[in-house]
Amino acid sequence: MAEPLILVRNLNKSFPGVHALKDVKFDLYPGEVHTLVGENGAGKSTLMKVLSGVYQKDSGEVLIDGKPVAIPNPKAAQRLGISIIHQELNLMNHLTAAQNIFIGREPKRGLGLFLDEKALNQKARDLFAMLKMEIDPRVKIGDLTIAKQQMVEIVKALSYDARVLIMDEPTAALNEAEIEELFTIIRHLRGQGVGIIYISHRMDELFKISDRITVMRDGHYIDTLGIGETDLDQVIALMVGRKIDASAPQVDLSEGKPIMLKVKGLSRGKVLKDISFEVKKGEILGFAGLMGAGRTEAARAIFGADPIDSGEIWVNGAKVTIKRPCDAVRHGIGYLSEDRKRFGIAIGMTVEENATIASMKRFTGFAGFVKNKEIRAAAADSVKKLSIRTPSLQQKLKFLSGGNQQKVVVAKWLIRNCDILIFDEPTRGIDIGAKQEIYALLNELARAGKTIIMISSELQEILKLSHRIVVMCEGRVTGELPASEATQEKIMKLATQRETMVVAAANQ
Amino acid sequence: MAETRNKAAGKTKDSFATSSQAKQKILAFSSLVLLIVGFSIASPNFFQASNLIAIMLATAVNGVLAVGVSFVIITGGIDLSIGTLMTFTAVMAAQMVANWHLPIFVGLVVAILTGIVCGGTSGFMVAKLKLPPFIATLGMNMFTKGLSLIIAHSKPIYFTDSPSFSQISMGSVFNFSEDFQIPNAVIIFLLVAIIAGVILNKTTFGRYTFAIGSNEEAVRLSGINTDRWKIAAYAFSGAICGIAGILIASRLNSAQPALGQGYELDAIAAVVIGGTSMSGGEGTIIGTIIGAFIISTLTNGLRILSVPQEWQIVTTGIIIIFAVYLDILRRKK
Repeated sequence: MAEPLILVRNLNKSFPGVHALKDVKFDLYPGEVHTLVGENGAGKSTLMKVLSGVYQKDSGEVLIDGKPVAIPNPKAAQRLGISIIHQELNLMNHLTAAQNIFIGREPKRGLGLFLDEKALNQKARDLFAMLKMEIDPRVKIGDLTIAKQQMVEIVKALSYDARVLIMDEPTAALNEAEIEELFTIIRHLRGQGVGIIYISHRMDELFKISDRITVMRDGHYIDTLGIGETDLDQVIALMVGRKIDASAPQVDLSEGKPIMLKVKGLSRGKVLKDISFEVKKGEILGFAGLMGAGRTEAARAIFGADPIDSGEIWVNGAKVTIKRPCDAVRHGIGYLSEDRKRFGIAIGMTVEENATIASMKRFTGFAGFVKNKEIRAAAADSVKKLSIRTPSLQQKLKFLSGGNQQKVVVAKWLIRNCDILIFDEPTRGIDIGAKQEIYALLNELARAGKTIIMISSELQEILKLSHRIVVMCEGRVTGELPASEATQEKIMKLATQRETMVVAAANQ
Repeated sequence: MAETRNKAAGKTKDSFATSSQAKQKILAFSSLVLLIVGFSIASPNFFQASNLIAIMLATAVNGVLAVGVSFVIITGGIDLSIGTLMTFTAVMAAQMVANWHLPIFVGLVVAILTGIVCGGTSGFMVAKLKLPPFIATLGMNMFTKGLSLIIAHSKPIYFTDSPSFSQISMGSVFNFSEDFQIPNAVIIFLLVAIIAGVILNKTTFGRYTFAIGSNEEAVRLSGINTDRWKIAAYAFSGAICGIAGILIASRLNSAQPALGQGYELDAIAAVVIGGTSMSGGEGTIIGTIIGAFIISTLTNGLRILSVPQEWQIVTTGIIIIFAVYLDILRRKK
């Protein structure tokens, strides 16, 4: 075999509190599609960011054409011939395709004072022709479909003489026909000797497009497999690992308890398709799935944060209308967002202000005056109950750790007397110790009769806490498992079960 | 062990934060004192009872407007209509009292109601129709300016038949001596400021005003009808424009329909000099008052030193830029 384009050896990268990459190795040869798979947080993106110069490695080696290189910034990566196509495209919607491709490198005329639009369009046209793409260089990016925009992004990357193309979830927003078109282009590039690193959560795609698959887990390199010598089950097994969780299985105390929340046929555009499920009092219902499966969207729809097209929500046996978050809160539903800083707290405000903001009606007295004494008492009570570590109730939230901020959000809903709590990634961005505390808290809340929905991308967490698990994929509920039957493999299979696969299976 | 360390670390940070905020207030206040001392040394005519009262009187209208718009700015918005809305409320009051010969009391109520309706409409456009506050209130600025001219037929309306109207501003319940009479306008300004300060710090409305400016989406997701409270902030600012309209009409003993444009910028400048963040979530009424006093002291002092009016404006511009830059430096730390 020829010399590898890229060779990564013993790569390490740490962030405060997280060892994101541990002695990782990776190689890429010209003219191959090398796919990288792993659960959320396995380290795929970190590795790609190191290769594209966004992050700096702590230790280890990156060799290009056999020579060790430093990649201090994205510009350097570009010079080395490494281009990355992000999931979120970086194009300017108001400029044309050609203008986007050559941004910052526009051909000039007339003593370099004027842009040479003609030459610009011709250069773009040549590139499109070379890749057999049918795109008019003069069309505005905003008028193109996502698939075409992505092609423009690919052409832009190649216009820098890229020899390595990293594609992060390129099919996430594409339909079947567009995916086929993309694959045709990828195969064409492969034929021209470009090395492609492909990241995807969609299992069925891997086997269509990859030459080799590398599996990562928890920042470790696990294995690299040739496409002919493996199958879906083996890849999934490697992804989730064969770890056995030592903790005792959940005892479901909700047997025979009333149904607190019932969702029927919730739909919203392409994001949510006919979501139905129910949760009982005292139950922890886990919501598993990969990123973009629609779990957060489902939670926000139930909570009234986003409008829905159709569907019914029943709380405690009665059908309710939830148009806005304040309706949901009135019916006793509280939502703890995955993005605490944006949606959960006001970081410039104090512990007591944040903890009581949802319950101000209760704390408002004569002529709209705030009842400070009662606010202080309620906040102090919560701080004690939830063991929130803060020097005072007047501490601003920005000075608290992530775990303690999360507890303040919990306090906000407990003070509001919410019976149904939707936790969206409750342990994201908080350290191991605080995670354990949040787990204990969730169990305690369930025992106290609260109804809990927990969305999590960490399978371990889902398995550890849930009494029942709902799995979503691409906006649909693809399955429901009782805790006793749930395994990582089963969840993974449901989480990657695309609609087309179901249809295909039915046709067989 | 870890907990104590945590606590200790938190405490130092906390005390640092408070001291930094206190610093800003002290900074604004000491620059005001510095201005007063400086001008007193530069000119013997400056530190005279009559001149100090003149400064206070000059601050009153701008100060009242600035206190009202502080609420809007703390929610993270802006209100460019306050100057012309003030005039519009004055014209409405004059229409009632001078043209239709209704009791003065009716004029006052109509002025404030006009302010609430126009401010509330701006708020509705911002909260419900999602117009950028800059555009919504710019529209309201022109709308009220035009209406003032139409209703008054582009001419001042004089309160010739109701001499007691001018007493609202220019009379003095605090009449200490012949040359030390604090005009009512100043008293009304201070009363408005105190009431606004209490509302901002002690009521649920004030709490929500800060919270919306701090993180509107988080507040909405806490089950609070943020739209309603945003509308309330603009309506409150509008009501205060009504009070400013009464003050200025009473002081000029007339409603001047062509007046008003530009007042909004002076008021916003006062708010900003007082340390209120234009991105919302932070601000104090006392800061706004100091800011308003800094502007009027500067104008007054420079005039006493016979600095041409053009240069007074240049100086004020520099002061605003400098004040905000200092604030940015403070925030960076």
